[in-house]
Amino acid sequence: MPMKIAKLTFALLTILFLVAPLIAILPLAFTSSVILTYPIPSWSLRWFEELFFADAWRRAIINSLIIGTGTTLLATVLGTAASLGLRNRLFFFRGSMRTLFLLPMVVPAVVLGVGMQVLLARFGLINSYAGVIIAHTVVAIPFVVVSVTGALAGIDERVELAAQSLGAAPVTVFRRVTLPLAMPGVLSGAVLAFATSLDEVVLTLFVAGPNQRTLARQMFSSIRENISPAIAAAAFLFIAATILIGLVVVLSRSMLERRTRPAAS
Amino acid sequence: MAEFIKFDRITKFYGPLCVVENLDLSIAKGEFVSLLGPSGSGKTTLLMMLAGFEQATSGKILLDGAAINDVPTHKRDMGVVFQSYALFPHMTVGENIAFPLQMRGIDKAETAARVKQALDMVQLSTLADRRPSQLSGGQQQRVALARALVFEPRVVLMDEPLGALDKQLREQMQLDIRELHRRLGLTIVFVTHDQSEALTMSDRVAVFNKGKIEQIGTPRQVYDEPATRFVAEFIGETNLVEGVVEAIEGREATVRLPNGAQIVSAVSDGVAAGQGVYLSIRPERIDLAEARGAARNVLETEVTDSVYQGDHLRVQLQNEAYPLIAKLGRRSREFAPGTKVFAAFSAGDCRVIAP
Repeated sequence: MPMKIAKLTFALLTILFLVAPLIAILPLAFTSSVILTYPIPSWSLRWFEELFFADAWRRAIINSLIIGTGTTLLATVLGTAASLGLRNRLFFFRGSMRTLFLLPMVVPAVVLGVGMQVLLARFGLINSYAGVIIAHTVVAIPFVVVSVTGALAGIDERVELAAQSLGAAPVTVFRRVTLPLAMPGVLSGAVLAFATSLDEVVLTLFVAGPNQRTLARQMFSSIRENISPAIAAAAFLFIAATILIGLVVVLSRSMLERRTRPAAS
Repeated sequence: MAEFIKFDRITKFYGPLCVVENLDLSIAKGEFVSLLGPSGSGKTTLLMMLAGFEQATSGKILLDGAAINDVPTHKRDMGVVFQSYALFPHMTVGENIAFPLQMRGIDKAETAARVKQALDMVQLSTLADRRPSQLSGGQQQRVALARALVFEPRVVLMDEPLGALDKQLREQMQLDIRELHRRLGLTIVFVTHDQSEALTMSDRVAVFNKGKIEQIGTPRQVYDEPATRFVAEFIGETNLVEGVVEAIEGREATVRLPNGAQIVSAVSDGVAAGQGVYLSIRPERIDLAEARGAARNVLETEVTDSVYQGDHLRVQLQNEAYPLIAKLGRRSREFAPGTKVFAAFSAGDCRVIAP
């Protein structure tokens, strides 16, 4: 029994450790004060107003949505294609290739950022939406690859062989069998890609111009210029959006999985 | 016999490993042929090459006279049934069976009719809207069977389709598949490592060992007239006794055993007098008696053990040179260990096998 209590306490402390920063910032989103600090004099939604109506913040939100959507599409398509390619047993450098795809996860973002800036400048893509989307895609692809590879590994190869033998050309096998079965993984990958793009700051600092300022980037600079509680409001928005997306994914995944693998009755 | 499927000098390497070696095999239209062998003998690889999942390293595969080596799987028109069922988990039973018909552009009304007919055939009409994972193993395999037959393929390939089922269900499915084969006139190539399954179901059995066919023939031929030691041991149980051929007269050979006993045995071509050979004696063909009878072959032995096994009595025998096993009908009397007995069998009940 004491062991049980100790375990429980430890778990609670760990959770607290993880969410303490959130608990610290979130109430400040509803402060009426003009500075980002406790104590809160009275509750107000004025910083949400600021967020949606001040030009800089509104543009940042829109930019984040544009770049996030672009990154999600590009990273999901490329990452899924990469995962499919990595599945080929005859592929000689499969192991090293997979590591290569996961590299952006571990390479310091600053290093990537410098390289990206040099490269994109050469192609005239610096300070453009396309440039930022490309940069974000590079760091988002590993998440898609990991997630889709996992989903593909769960597919019995014989199911695809059976589809072939029943008269389905390779493209049809992919469309009717492989993709639907890998869908939960593709979906998670897409969400992770969107989330990655949403909170990416370092690469954005290197490649984005003033017109591509994302929400994360805007928070980063405004915390240096003026410590306005709008940052807390933006953080609240971030977290709310993340939880919402997470819920959508969990729900749709469980729906997909119920369709493919219902519990034995 | 018309050749419908023909493997012409097929060789298959996986890297340096030769899994099928210079293999010839012809299968007639409407025939049920089993590829029987231990795992790693090349039987599944051969089936996978016929389905188009694997490419032969050399040699030709002909279907109805035309080489199909370069025809992709989806154009081969062969129904494949896997041991793992390989149903589409995201489709209902009905959608699974409709899949090959949709691939062939068959209209909705006819598809629906044929799916229903196929479900009736495997007695699953009520389960069309279930997902595969809601079915038992046996039901799933029936769906897989219906899916492989519904588009009337030219050949049906089965890769150990009953291996995952329990014994009773397996035996029922064996009879069901045999019945379908007869009723629909299907050409079936069936891979199995279970010899009794192969004997039960097939018109002909091809016994595989190390990438080669050791023997091909009717179930009766491969059981009663094993051509090699491997076939004799792999199919059923047998007593193998070493000996030397003394004389050959027509289809019979006289063989001298190490303890001096002389046995007259059936023999096939390719064995010469003076040659060291194996004698294969099926345990159920041996009779035991305490007095020397009138049988042509009689061996003096002693009972070492006797086990009652329900449908037969299994008696272990030993003499100075070799052990023997006899399976006696359940009406037989018991033999106590230590009893001196005479093991008797006719010339047709044993067989000379070249080593």
